[in-house]
Amino acid sequence: MSNKMGGSFLAHRTPQVANLERRLFLKRGLSVGALALLAGCELTDAESVQKVLWAMSGWNDRVQDWLFDPSRLAPEFPESRITRPFPFNGYYSESEVPVIDGTDYRLELGGMIRDAKPWRLPELYALPQVSQVTRHICVEGWSAIGKWSGVRFSDFLQRVGADTTAKYVGFQCADDYSTSIDMATALHPQTLLALRYADEILPPKYGFPMKLRMPTKLGFKNPKHIAAIFVTNENPGGYWEDKGYNWFSGS
Amino acid sequence: MAADIKELVHPLVVRVTHWINVVALLLMVASGWRIYNADPIFDFSFPDELTLGGWLAGALQWHFAAMWLLVLNGLVYVCYGIISGHFRRKLLPISPVAVLRDVRDALRGRLAHDDLSVYNAAQRAAYLALIIALIVMVLSGLAIWKPVQLYWLASLMGDYEGARLLHFFAMAAVVLIVVVHVVMVILVPRTFPTMFTGRIRRAS
Repeated sequence: MSNKMGGSFLAHRTPQVANLERRLFLKRGLSVGALALLAGCELTDAESVQKVLWAMSGWNDRVQDWLFDPSRLAPEFPESRITRPFPFNGYYSESEVPVIDGTDYRLELGGMIRDAKPWRLPELYALPQVSQVTRHICVEGWSAIGKWSGVRFSDFLQRVGADTTAKYVGFQCADDYSTSIDMATALHPQTLLALRYADEILPPKYGFPMKLRMPTKLGFKNPKHIAAIFVTNENPGGYWEDKGYNWFSGS
Repeated sequence: MAADIKELVHPLVVRVTHWINVVALLLMVASGWRIYNADPIFDFSFPDELTLGGWLAGALQWHFAAMWLLVLNGLVYVCYGIISGHFRRKLLPISPVAVLRDVRDALRGRLAHDDLSVYNAAQRAAYLALIIALIVMVLSGLAIWKPVQLYWLASLMGDYEGARLLHFFAMAAVVLIVVVHVVMVILVPRTFPTMFTGRIRRAS
């Protein structure tokens, strides 16, 4: 199973695809104004500018990893501060939200996990649950406060025998989304495998049957409709991350 | 026998950090406007032609790369300004009465700036305000970037949303002061070459 998932990620990141994405990014990424600005600099070659920008993003990943305090908690709010209605967001419109049948649903596990048996929803609902009212901050700049409940992700990783000395946890989602996070954030006490929003079973638009809720990362790092979770030492990247958004994107 | 002597009015550190700051600020403001456009706070957007990055991710990459240039260069300038006495000599003393007088004179087109080695009160106020606005801009930017890790900074500014507003207004203040600064240089063009050579000719 881990092979299958590793394979799909590899397929997604072949050099050709990466190159194509880079070119697309280049075309979109440089306005006339940018080129005019750069004409005066040493870096006149757009491709080398892109390399510098990607390298700086990688450097910022390292700085953020260093800044991340595993015991620093994100602010929590009273329920009166919850944003109503909580905004929908995704790379598709609300009418395209995937419809998932909870009875057939299995959460697949893979990679460096000892007990990689798939999980059914009633088994997850039966685990100890915690709640949080925290601020969701979108990479676009807006923010909204919501209430999520679910299984503390560090408890879940422990329960399934995940190798928590590994570097990354990756997520494949039923909406063809993917993302990955650092192990320190995966083990943070406020990182939840969220099964409920506002005390109700997570509705489709908020990620049924589950999303990973992390108040220590930007919204797009919080995957919805999770189908598979895997632990790895190779950075799996992600849907937006591969297009140029900063990988760590911590708050 | 009279001879021309060249007097140093802008030390090398000030000139170099000034021009690096010009580049860093252009990158930060142009990419920042693109980021703003992704979710405008107010009822307007910046024209795309004036922005940098092409789309949100591109703008963010520029913003978070150029921030190092802005901050490291700013630290060199501020440390130099304090340690060398440059700030004390050039920007102080500053009195509100003198600032108001000079601003009034400037609006009437009567502000004298004959001796380029001495800043008038309006200049002192503007440069000091720019330094403060830049510091507020950087600190509020840090608070938006790390509202959890730097919660103490964000909580000083009214949490994430407060810091986001403050970041916008600090940018607006910086842009306003820079525009006035550039207009003044156009009105008194002999100040311009001095920012490269650092020297003025003075008959002895």
